[in-house]
Amino acid sequence: MAFVNIQNLTYKYPLTKEPVLQNVNLQVKEGEFISIIGPNGAGKSTLCYALAGFVPHFFKGEFSGEVEVDGKKSGESTLDEWVLNVGLAFQNPFNQISGAKYTVFEELAFGLENIGVPRDEMKQRVEDAMSLTGISDLADRSPYSLSGGQQQRVALTSILVMRPKLLVLDEPTSQMDPIGTREVFGVVRKMAEEGMTVVMVEHKVEWIAHFADRVIALKDGQTLLEGTPSEVLTSDVLVENGFGVSRYTSVAREAKKQGLWKKEKLPVTLFEAMEGFK
Amino acid sequence: MKITIKDLRFTYPTGLEALKGISLTINPGEQVAIVGQNGAGKTTLVRHFNGLLKPTSGSVFIGDWETTKQSVAKLASRVGYVFQNPDEQLFSRDVLTEVSFGPRNLGYAKEKVDELVKRAMALTELHDKADTNPYDLSPTWRKMVALASIIAMDTPIVIFDEPTTGQDAVNVARIAHVIAELKREGKTVITITHDIDFCAENFERVIALAKGQVLLDGPAREVLGEEETLAQTYVDPPQLTRLGKMLELKETVTRPEEFLKAINL
Repeated sequence: MAFVNIQNLTYKYPLTKEPVLQNVNLQVKEGEFISIIGPNGAGKSTLCYALAGFVPHFFKGEFSGEVEVDGKKSGESTLDEWVLNVGLAFQNPFNQISGAKYTVFEELAFGLENIGVPRDEMKQRVEDAMSLTGISDLADRSPYSLSGGQQQRVALTSILVMRPKLLVLDEPTSQMDPIGTREVFGVVRKMAEEGMTVVMVEHKVEWIAHFADRVIALKDGQTLLEGTPSEVLTSDVLVENGFGVSRYTSVAREAKKQGLWKKEKLPVTLFEAMEGFK
Repeated sequence: MKITIKDLRFTYPTGLEALKGISLTINPGEQVAIVGQNGAGKTTLVRHFNGLLKPTSGSVFIGDWETTKQSVAKLASRVGYVFQNPDEQLFSRDVLTEVSFGPRNLGYAKEKVDELVKRAMALTELHDKADTNPYDLSPTWRKMVALASIIAMDTPIVIFDEPTTGQDAVNVARIAHVIAELKREGKTVITITHDIDFCAENFERVIALAKGQVLLDGPAREVLGEEETLAQTYVDPPQLTRLGKMLELKETVTRPEEFLKAINL
């Protein structure tokens, strides 16, 4: 049995004419790290909301099909039960920070306070989470005094500290510096190794290729491709549909036309590109 | 219009020293990318250009105007600044009003306002969205509205704070096109970005900031090849530059056409 099981999910927001998600099916195993890619407007964030229970509990609209996590259906649970299992880091960290806390440390403890975690355990968990994501030096700063990328790390940490069984990340590195991005992918991979199930929406295909187990390409609310990072990210179908690909893939595709890339398969990582061009 | 920065230091009221002595000259019509670690001071630096922040010490000149001696409203006629988060910038009930606000506020004649707005909306491909409320648009299009509303002000200097954040490939290409067009018109474009491949393909000069200081400053190819120095500020060279290094190509390559040429030798 899949840990996450989405069956025939179709969803329309109250004010949109067309469904944003159309008959989406998705199964994710426990401890698997999957990445969702797609052009803007493909339905990626809405799929995140459906996993986090905001669709249909918060956004209303027309919902059909089923979203099941750890054997429970979102339609049959309340949002406050659901959040104990599923954590979502928003695309825009500005929208996530509570506004009720003066320091990063307190902000990170906010979720734990709400579910009644004992004080000593709470402090320990906040400290552990901060050291995991490398933000211990920000503990006493105001969440609003941080740079965009720092705020994004805080938003991610505030979800990790809750230790959800399913971690849903909506472009968690969009404002991060390049090496910071790689580190966050590394942290997320580590969480998956420890058994957390991860669904991550991202555009940064180089790091998806390195760290994710499986990739889903979404377009116009439907699954276009699904497979290993290498299968999906080198597919010509992506280019035809306006998806971003890594420079390694695009330059090798061009080189292939000129007879400068000899291998059958296109590269998606630095290492594969080096092997092929050597 | 020239930007001249001399020994700029800035300390936030909280005591955080964000800029620790920056001196730079940016010439008219230059296309400059600013890269560096989160918290390096990139946004703090560019907010000095339109006077949102004033130096704690040192000076910032926009042409012959010293920013401490001009209001933000006045500086807005020389420096347009597109915020990192469009939601901090947009407030009108429809796109056309939003994009018209800036040029109208600068006191241009109605014909000129209309012409500037039309051009900005065409460039950002917003023409079919004139009557839409910006908040009914997706974040992608809200970003384009934010861009259009600044471009319409027709300032000689335009600043983009992380324009490609969360944008798909099609939209990144759209933004690159906007930048190329501004360049063609002779405007100075200064862009903060973490997208180093985008940076390599669209900018001539790159400034890497680290902990409130300039770490590197020079032609894109030179700066982006400095792998070890860039790592100090959490920046990787572009993908093709890294690949070129691994393949031991003689020259530093940053763009696809250069790479293909280099491996074909």
